[in-house]
Amino acid sequence: MLTFTIRRLVLAIPTLLFIALVIFLLLDMAPGDPMADQPLTIPPEVREEMRRALGLDQPVYVRFGLWLYQFFVVEPLVVIDHLFGTAYSAGQARVISWQFKSPVMDIIVQRLPQTLWVVGSAYMLGVLIAIPIGIVSAVRQYSVFDQIGTFISMVGFSVPTFFTGVLLIVIFSVNLGWFPSIYDTQLRVTDWSSFGQQVRQMALPVFVLALFNAAQISRYMRASMLDNMTQDYVRTARAKGMDERTVVLRHVLRNSMIPVVTVIALGVPSVFGGAIITEQVFKVNGLGALLITAINANDLPMVQTLTFIFAVLIVLFNLVADVLYGILDPRIRYD
Amino acid sequence: MPDGAPPILEVRDLRTVFRLRSGDVHAVNGVSFDLREGELLGVVGESGSGKSVTMMSLLGLLPSPPAEVLGGPVTFEGKDLLRAGPEAMRAVRGGRIGFVFQDPMTSLNPVFTVGFQIMEPLRKHLGLGKRQARARAAELLALVGIPDAGRRLDDYPHQFSGGMRQRVMIAIALACDPKVLIADEPTTALDVTIQAQIIELMQELRQKMGMAVIWITHDLGVIAGIADRVIVMYGGQIVEHAPVDALFANPRHPYTQALLTTVPKVQGERVRRLAVIDGQPPILGQFPDECTFRDRCPYAFDVCHRLNPQRYPVGEGHDAACFLNDPGLAPQRPVLEVVDG
Ligand SMILES: Nc1ncnc2c1ncn2[C@@H]1O[C@H](COP(=O)(O)OP(=O)(O)OP(=O)(O)O)[C@@H](O)[C@H]1O
Ligand SMILES: [Mg+2]
Repeated sequence: MLTFTIRRLVLAIPTLLFIALVIFLLLDMAPGDPMADQPLTIPPEVREEMRRALGLDQPVYVRFGLWLYQFFVVEPLVVIDHLFGTAYSAGQARVISWQFKSPVMDIIVQRLPQTLWVVGSAYMLGVLIAIPIGIVSAVRQYSVFDQIGTFISMVGFSVPTFFTGVLLIVIFSVNLGWFPSIYDTQLRVTDWSSFGQQVRQMALPVFVLALFNAAQISRYMRASMLDNMTQDYVRTARAKGMDERTVVLRHVLRNSMIPVVTVIALGVPSVFGGAIITEQVFKVNGLGALLITAINANDLPMVQTLTFIFAVLIVLFNLVADVLYGILDPRIRYD
Repeated sequence: MPDGAPPILEVRDLRTVFRLRSGDVHAVNGVSFDLREGELLGVVGESGSGKSVTMMSLLGLLPSPPAEVLGGPVTFEGKDLLRAGPEAMRAVRGGRIGFVFQDPMTSLNPVFTVGFQIMEPLRKHLGLGKRQARARAAELLALVGIPDAGRRLDDYPHQFSGGMRQRVMIAIALACDPKVLIADEPTTALDVTIQAQIIELMQELRQKMGMAVIWITHDLGVIAGIADRVIVMYGGQIVEHAPVDALFANPRHPYTQALLTTVPKVQGERVRRLAVIDGQPPILGQFPDECTFRDRCPYAFDVCHRLNPQRYPVGEGHDAACFLNDPGLAPQRPVLEVVDG
C-alpha cells in the first residue's frame, strides 16, 4: 500500500506539471490585459514600464518557468521560514497577485478559512445526513420515507444551488429575517453571541450546499445498499441467526460503504468548485469569490495558482479514493 | 440408517406464494414430510421445482415481501417454526439448524475474515467470548479439513479456493452443533473431484456429529450413494417419496422414472435425456387443481387434467402422487416398468 501510494504520488508529478502548463498556456492565450483597469491617462511608456515590471515582456517559457520555480520552490520555503523562523526565502520573489500587489499565497491563506468553514462543514453535514438516509431508504425501499427521500434528493440534485440559494435568501432573510443574507467575513468568534452570529450566517450557505451534496450521496448510498442486500452473503448472515441490525449495519453496510467512500473522496475537490457559485450568491469571501474577482481583473498569477491548486486537489483526492478503496476492500491489492 | 427413529422436523402442508407485481407465483404447494433423527434425506427435482424455496420457507429466509409462507405447522423441537417470533427463529437459524448454500463463491462476506464469519454464530448462539470463539473456530476449520487452520482464520474468503470456501460454509453451518443441516446443492458449483471430497467430508461429519441432513441436489448419482430416504419434487409438490433403494428399484411416478433415465449408467453409454422430460416445470399462477406434470407426462389421462393426485401409498414408506397408482382410477393401467436399460 505504501509503495503504491508513493508510486502514484511520483506518477502524479508529470501529470500535474502538464496540467500547470496547459492552464498557463490557456491563460496566456486568453484575451484581456492586466493593464485594462489602469486609468487611461497613464502614458504608453509608463504602461510599458509597468508591463516590464510584471515580467510580461518575457517569452512564455520564461514566465512559466518562473511561475514553476516560485510555486514549487519559493512558496514552500516561505512556509518553512514561517514555521521554523528560518530565512531561506529571503530576497526571493514570490508569486505576486497583479490586482492586490501582494503574494498570491498570502491572500489564499487569508481566504481559505471562509471556504473551509462553509464548504467543509456543508460537505461533512451532507455526508452525515446522506448516509443514514441512504441506509433507511434502502432498508425500507418504496416506503413513505423512501419516496419522500427520493423526491427531496431529486429536487436537491436537479435544482441548481444558485436557485435554492436565492430562494432561501428571499424566504429566510428577506421575508422572515431569520438569517443574514450576506456573509460577514470580518466576524471574529470571540464569545457566545458572536458564535451564534457565525452559525446564523453560515446556516443558509451550508444548508444549500449540504442539501446538494446529501442529495447525491444519499442516492449512491441507497443504490449501493440495495445492490448488496440481495447478495448471497446476506442470506448467509441471516441463516447464521444474525439479527436484522447486524445484517444491515455490519454485513451490508460494510460492503456498501466501499463505493460510497470513493464517491465521497472524489467529490471533495468538486465541492470546492461548486462552492464558487454558492459563495457568489451568499457573498462569502472565500476562494471561489477570489477566483471570480481574479478572472474579472485579469489577475493571471492568481487565476493560474488557484486553478492549479484545484487541479492538485483533484489528483490528490483521486489517490485518496484509491487508497481508501484498497483499505476497505480486502480483495484489492496494490502491488 | 435409523429407520424407526422419531422425526425431529415435521413439515405439514407448507405453501409458499410469491406475490409479485406481475402476479402470484405458487412456488411451494402443500409440501409435507418428516425428517428423522440422524438420517440423510435427499431432495431431488429439476431446476425450478421448488426445492430451495421449500427449505428457505422453513427457516423464514425468504424476503417478505414478496414471499408469503402459509400452511404448516412446521414442528421442530416442539415449536411451530412458521409461527415462532423473530427472536426464536434467529435462535433456530444457525444455532439448531445449519444451512449450506449452493454457491460458495458468493455466500461468504468478502470484507470480513473467515475467522470472524465463523465466530459470529458461536458468539451469538453459544455466547462464547472472543478467545474461546476463536479457538473453537480454529477447531471447526480443522474439522472441515483446512490445513493450518489457526493461521487461516485471518484470511479473507477470496484467499480460499471454491472447495475451501464450501468447507468454510460447512464449518459455519456446523459451528453450533446443530440438530439439522440443510445443504442446498452444496456441490453443484464445484468441480467433480472437489465435489467428491465435500460429499465424503459431509458423510464423515454426519457420523461424528450425528445430525440429520437434508441434501438438495440435481444429481441422482449422489443421492443413490448417500441418502437414506428421498423426496422427489415437481411443481412445488412432493410427487414421490421413498427409501432410497425402493426409489431406484421401483419408481412409481412417471416424473421420477424420467429423472432416473437421465442418470448416467455406470457401464454403457450415457442414456439420452428422455423425450418425455422435454419442457420445463410449470410456473404456477395459482394453487394447482390438476396434476402439475400432466403436460409432460406420457401416461396422462382424463383425470389428470381435472384433479391433483394425492400421495398414494405404494409400499413401505413409499408413496407417489400419481393416479396411475390408484387402482380405481387408472384406465387399463400401462405397466410401469422400471426404466432401466
Ligand atoms: N424471489 C423469488 N421471487 C419470485 N419467484 C421466485 C423467487 N424465488 C424462487 N421463485 C420461483 O419459485 C420456483 C421454485 O424455485 P426454487 O429456487 O425453489 O427452485 P429449485 O428447485 O431450488 O431450483 P434449482 O435447482 O435451480 O435451485 C421457481 O419457479 C422460481 O421462479
Ligand atoms: Mg435451488
